[in-house]
Amino acid sequence: MDIFLQQLINGLVLGSVYALVALGYTMVYGILELINFAHGEITMMGAMVALSVIGALALAAPGLPGVLVLGAGLVVAIPVCVALGLLIERVAYRPLRHAPRLAPLITAIGVSIILQNVAMLIWGKQYIPFPAILPQGRHTLYGASITDVQIAILLLATAIMLLLILMVQKTRLGRAMRATAQSRQVASLMGVDVNRVIAATFAIGSALAAVAGVMVSAYYGLAHYYMGFLLGLKAFSAAVLGGIGNLGGAMLGGLLLGLIESFGAGYIGDLTGGFLGSNYQDVFAFFVLIAVLVFRPSGLLGARVVERA
Amino acid sequence: MTGQRLAWVMAAAVLVAGCGDKPQQNGDSQVVLIGQASPLTGPQAHLGKDNENGARMALDEINAAGLTLGGKKVVLEMRSEDDAADPKTATTVAQKLVDEGVVGVIGHLNSGATIPASKIYFDNGIPQISPSATAVAYTASGFKTAFRVMTNDAQQGTVLGDYAVTKLGAKRIAIIDDRTAYGQGLADEVEKAAKAAGGDVVAREYTSDRSTDFMAILTSIKGKSPDLVFFGGMDPQAAPMIKQMKQLGMKAKFLGGDGAQTPNFIDLAGAAAEGAMASNPGLPLDAMPGGSAFKAKFEAKYGQIQNYSPYAYDAMHVLVAAMKRADSSDPAKYLAELPKTDYQGVTGHIRFDAKGDLAGGAVTLYQVKNGKWQTLETVQSGK
Amino acid sequence: MSSVLSLNKTRSRWLTFGLLALGLALLPFLVDAGLGRSWVRLLDLALLYVILALGLNIVVGYAGLLDLGYVAFYALGAYVYAWLSSPHFGLHLPFWAVLPLGAALAALFGVLLGAPTLRLRGDYLAIVTLGFGEIIRIFLNNLNAPVNITNGPQGINLIDPVRLGSFDLSQSHALFGYTFTGIHLTYYLFLLFTLMVIFISMRLEDSRIGRAWVAIREDEIAAAATGINTRNLKLLAFAMGATFGGLAGGLFASFQGFISPESFNLMESIMILCMIVLGGMGHIPGVIFGAVVLTLLPEALRYTGDWQRNLFGQIYIDPADLRMLLFGVALVAVMLYRPAGLLPSTRRRREFADAQG
Repeated sequence: MDIFLQQLINGLVLGSVYALVALGYTMVYGILELINFAHGEITMMGAMVALSVIGALALAAPGLPGVLVLGAGLVVAIPVCVALGLLIERVAYRPLRHAPRLAPLITAIGVSIILQNVAMLIWGKQYIPFPAILPQGRHTLYGASITDVQIAILLLATAIMLLLILMVQKTRLGRAMRATAQSRQVASLMGVDVNRVIAATFAIGSALAAVAGVMVSAYYGLAHYYMGFLLGLKAFSAAVLGGIGNLGGAMLGGLLLGLIESFGAGYIGDLTGGFLGSNYQDVFAFFVLIAVLVFRPSGLLGARVVERA
Repeated sequence: MTGQRLAWVMAAAVLVAGCGDKPQQNGDSQVVLIGQASPLTGPQAHLGKDNENGARMALDEINAAGLTLGGKKVVLEMRSEDDAADPKTATTVAQKLVDEGVVGVIGHLNSGATIPASKIYFDNGIPQISPSATAVAYTASGFKTAFRVMTNDAQQGTVLGDYAVTKLGAKRIAIIDDRTAYGQGLADEVEKAAKAAGGDVVAREYTSDRSTDFMAILTSIKGKSPDLVFFGGMDPQAAPMIKQMKQLGMKAKFLGGDGAQTPNFIDLAGAAAEGAMASNPGLPLDAMPGGSAFKAKFEAKYGQIQNYSPYAYDAMHVLVAAMKRADSSDPAKYLAELPKTDYQGVTGHIRFDAKGDLAGGAVTLYQVKNGKWQTLETVQSGK
Repeated sequence: MSSVLSLNKTRSRWLTFGLLALGLALLPFLVDAGLGRSWVRLLDLALLYVILALGLNIVVGYAGLLDLGYVAFYALGAYVYAWLSSPHFGLHLPFWAVLPLGAALAALFGVLLGAPTLRLRGDYLAIVTLGFGEIIRIFLNNLNAPVNITNGPQGINLIDPVRLGSFDLSQSHALFGYTFTGIHLTYYLFLLFTLMVIFISMRLEDSRIGRAWVAIREDEIAAAATGINTRNLKLLAFAMGATFGGLAGGLFASFQGFISPESFNLMESIMILCMIVLGGMGHIPGVIFGAVVLTLLPEALRYTGDWQRNLFGQIYIDPADLRMLLFGVALVAVMLYRPAGLLPSTRRRREFADAQG
């Protein structure tokens, strides 16, 4: 039972990180029907920028409380990522809004490669350690353990998601976003500044990515120029699983994927009598993705028709 | 009369020299090319450059001392090529070296690059000594041109597995590898040796060389309560892994291979690194027979030693020693002398076994104490 | 009058053709003499990538199905060759039996991948194929236990070179009083296959099938409405593309002599995609151009390292890093400014112009 509980905690923490990143994919896809391949790289950029600030602060003022230093990192990382997201939208996606579908997808891959390599040139190829500034407390719960950082991730992720849903449901901007997602043309006829709404979507998604990036690097204690790619891919799978374009779906999908990976890697060896092992852990995400797309393309919660050419 | 004869002899000598089919004549000495291949760009450029410098230092020393082969004065020249640690580039570079007419090669650095390149050297009959490739497959091809002066993964894995059971007293062992050629190869050997020594391998789990989340497999391992966790892989995975072991409250010892025995491991893992153990093939520099002298010479010339330069240095000496014994720089002739190598080098006593592997390669174990890697002990692999 | 003209035209066409053939036949010797033998080896690799790029071009360029897992078929072809022609299973079948088998298995997997994804379009397909490519790589990387099929991450070594009877293509041979080295002979073998693939691509382009693919690419619903069997044609596109990928894989295995899963990663898929995007999707000369340029690019970029060292005394930007950065910039720049590629086909250019306007 303690093993089961532990895997549940592992899965929920991993899943809430996926969910945060998945939100960025799902919002952009909901409005533009574009897989923003570079979203994972924005997460990485957030982690890298924050880590630079945190590293510098930890050296300059070693006495500062960890949470404050982390906050300073976030305060710098969020605007950088927002600016980056806006820049990418402006340069690489907006001019291609009416081009054939393949075109923005290819520029997205290109942007993703550029960001990776720029990060590599700036921060080098080595993994960068996250300074040990956060409380390392560990609690035991029916034989399973959970750390302060894990609790913070769970709480923060939940809070952000609730805020986001409130924003989309209750504010003017949220209404404009929903209108734009339904029909860009009609929304613009109703007086919605579509370009502004799209830009705002990218900005919010990038801000979430920055938070997720900082969380990931704080949790695992390191950052690397390549870290965004696989994370992005898995988060996208989560968004598809939940129903792309659907905010609640992204959260559900993220949590489910985290649990699937956790329980899958933990139990697959015992379940298949050693025939399959944890070496197939990364297969689960892709397998789930393919299965969902083939059998239920609209995802678990998605009601929208996704098959659009 | 004598003056006239001398003039004739000299004229004839000039004529012969001019007609020689080797264009690389320099005064009355002959230039012989030796190749060096390692990544000079990319993430491992610093290691590649280190190998190059080690080989170059040996080459300069040999030239300074003067080398005579077949009655002729020989000057060695090095052709250094960048293989970018990439298998495909490695074969291109190997071809380039062969085209340029090198008579022997020191290289490559990585196993992934060394293995495909070794075929090209073999096809052209060019002897190759790798200072740092550790994969078993390199010498398992049966190419008689392939040698190494570095302990291989099998030797290291055998020592590690045995050490875990007999010296560290681990009864229940969990093994994780990163599914790379290096990690899996090492982990398999550790598993074999641990079982042979009477240990019980209670879990075999896997991750990838990109992962940072090991909670799921570690939780599953924790359920099997091992005394020791061995990880075959590199420091970017080893560091978060040991941190997560601590997070889960695991008490098991941590043992890694040379991929984890790096300063970066301690930087990344922080306080969690304390007590972790890992091995590195060969001797620590200060324990090498000629280590301190080499260090002084090398650092005066090229700066800090990265890792494998002493091995590259020895590899060059071993190669030239074989030429001296054969009294020829013709690969066809001196290749037969290489297996008979018995050389006392900076890194230790170098002899080759039937496959071209280093006979009785040493493995040194280290432990993190007070935030630093400290030497535990050096074990000779039994062969 | 007109017949004389057309005769002249045919004659000049034959002349161009003859000159081209002569040029291709002499190319390895010219390159060998001018740049060194290692460039002949690169030339061999470039031909291999031409085959791969033309294969992917069928799927992406003709049928408009963005496949990001193309490297899986390349890997399958390579592994089939390695299984049947190396000490791994102790089998040493001749290449003329193994290459078609590899291509056929790749084609089968092409259909297996294509069938469930028929309903998906555009970016969804891209993601699913990407997942498929990773799944294949992960399986190749892990199928060394419980039964050793792929030898896992260690890869398969000592793969046989192409042999015809006792004629070993990796060794030097004296023919017509001239010594042909292995890489020269490999060039001619690869050239033969490349020409075959080019020929098939050209015939496909102008055929009913090719036109139907273009129709699907332009508007699938309209294509179906005109009576095109979109399901079969899409499957055929996957199968044809996969066949070429499998063929290239077999050739790669025989050429390299050693394969391991790390040679078949996602970056390889993206690089092949870059080749066709850069050169011009759906346009054969463009795709060939893209494949050759991108294969030779890293080698050419290597010199930037020397320049930097000579100019500044140290290397600021690693040539290997520069390569990836340039790939990324090229993808974005081509899509923004020359969406039909550097050597576009007339039809494709029109199409993008329409879309922009």
